[in-house]
Amino acid sequence: MIEIDNLSKKFGDLTAVDSISMNINEGEVFGFLGPNGAGKTTTVRMLCTLISKTSGNARISGYNIGDKDDSLKIRKIIGLVPDNVGLSEHLSAYDNLEFFARVHDLSKTERKERIQYFLEMLGLWDKRNVSVGTFSKGMKQKLAIARALIHDPQVLFLDEPTANLDPEAAKTVRDFILDLKKQKKTIFLNTHNLDEAQRICDRIGILNTKLVSIGTPKDLEDAVRVRKTVIELEQVTDSVLKSVQKLSLPNLDVEGNTITFDTIDSGSKNWPIVEAIVHAGGHVNIVKVVGSTLEDVYLKLVGENQ
Amino acid sequence: MKLSKAWLVAARDFKIFKHQKNMLYGLVIFPVIISIIPSAILNYAVNRDPPLPAAGIPPILDAFSIFLIIGSAFVPLGIAGYTIVGEKVEKSLEPLLAGPLTDGEILLGKTISAVLPALIAMYTGGVIFMVGTDAVSYPSLNYYYFPNWTIAVILFLGMPAATIMSVEFGVIVSSRVNDVRSATNFGALMFFPFLIIYILGQTKLITLDTETMAKISVILLVIDVVLFFISTALFKREEILTKWK
Ligand SMILES: Nc1ncnc2c1ncn2[C@@H]1O[C@H](COP(=O)(O)OP(=O)(O)OP(=O)(O)O)[C@@H](O)[C@H]1O
Ligand SMILES: [Mg+2]
Repeated sequence: MIEIDNLSKKFGDLTAVDSISMNINEGEVFGFLGPNGAGKTTTVRMLCTLISKTSGNARISGYNIGDKDDSLKIRKIIGLVPDNVGLSEHLSAYDNLEFFARVHDLSKTERKERIQYFLEMLGLWDKRNVSVGTFSKGMKQKLAIARALIHDPQVLFLDEPTANLDPEAAKTVRDFILDLKKQKKTIFLNTHNLDEAQRICDRIGILNTKLVSIGTPKDLEDAVRVRKTVIELEQVTDSVLKSVQKLSLPNLDVEGNTITFDTIDSGSKNWPIVEAIVHAGGHVNIVKVVGSTLEDVYLKLVGENQ
Repeated sequence: MKLSKAWLVAARDFKIFKHQKNMLYGLVIFPVIISIIPSAILNYAVNRDPPLPAAGIPPILDAFSIFLIIGSAFVPLGIAGYTIVGEKVEKSLEPLLAGPLTDGEILLGKTISAVLPALIAMYTGGVIFMVGTDAVSYPSLNYYYFPNWTIAVILFLGMPAATIMSVEFGVIVSSRVNDVRSATNFGALMFFPFLIIYILGQTKLITLDTETMAKISVILLVIDVVLFFISTALFKREEILTKWK
């Protein structure tokens, strides 16, 4: 569906996107994760033919983003929700959708049907004639997604759709995206919310100017899987501290009453450590092994590529 | 380039304008001033004691006529400010640019949405001006001064040329400013060349006859063409999204 091949974008001397290559399949929800300034918006703008690429290429449904005639064809089959929703505040919800339906050459009956379908689904039908300026941020975000979907595009680009929303509004927007996922829409989702990416996306790409990593959420966790042993004590005394330090454990970290280190041999070597602590007079309350989260992966990968 | 697509963009703007009270006032007030005030002044002049001699009436009417061109350059500025800078403030240009419209269709749509209401307002003002001054001056002149060739040149060449110039100037200014007010303020710079023409006319350095009006109109049209190339170069998706800060 989307094939990206060594795509780069420079703004003067600044390289915003550095030679990324990846493919996104039809019906896939792809999460593009990265810190501020990673180049997520720039990538989406290039794919939506809003800005030119510097080098490399990308194709959407076989159309080249750099080609002038293809650009128009691409814009017919995509829907974009930019990072700032970009609705016309003075127009009603209905008119906002109606305009884009017309731009996309929908017939009169199609327009009526689809606008009503979306407004009813979003619970905005009663407010269809109200100026969008009076809507809450969550309502605007949902309406912006409906606007981008009005012509039933093959690919939907969402640039941080839940940023700046309160948790409840973010949830309604997320649920809307999950609905679309059930309908097998191809979705390209920019976000810096890991939890969101993990819950919604089939695959995740981590971007930090370069494409740092790509895979399913589980792939990514496995790739840098480090399990941690966490030992919680009644109190970490000096003698306990000395005894664990003597063991030269990998990535040892002592915080309050908790000792953490990278698990050795899947935890089968935990008992000598516990024994050493007990021997030093420590009272052990809890011993557990925890897996790495996507957050660990993200921080590690982004940190390594800083 | 499809005209129907450009028209969609313009029609959407017209809907937005309905909610822009300030802009609507501007659209009404200026034409009203330049159409009613000349009749009132003339009415005073021909009825005072001693009255203005008949020979003194035509130069006054010609001088007033040039205000129709000045008005045509002024009125669309406010609209161009709203239609482009307003959209920039709302950030609603990006989805528009991501839709299946060409740069040319969007620019043409924006141009129509500023030119059309301005011309309608100014033509209405022009008609009121002609009818009003004719009614006041007929008893002295014994003929209707308007319509005549000079006003025809003004109406059909000068006014559209001035309106288009103003809108193109508005597009260029919009690419550099971020609020509607500064867009309009900048546009007020356009007042000066017309002021100079007016003063030249008043000081008899030029006569504001049909030929001069035609020359002024041609100059305006040339400026239109130059500004057209500048504005189309500036009004490109890439420019708008990366440089129109
Ligand atoms: N028009 C521009 N001119 C110059 N530099 C730009 C321009 N647009 C973006 N950049 C730079 O390119 C880099 C990538 O920006 P981009 O907006 O794509 O990041 P992002 O991943 O979307 O960040 P965020 O999470 O903050 O939205 C940044 O360093 C930014 O400053
Ligand atoms: Mg961004």
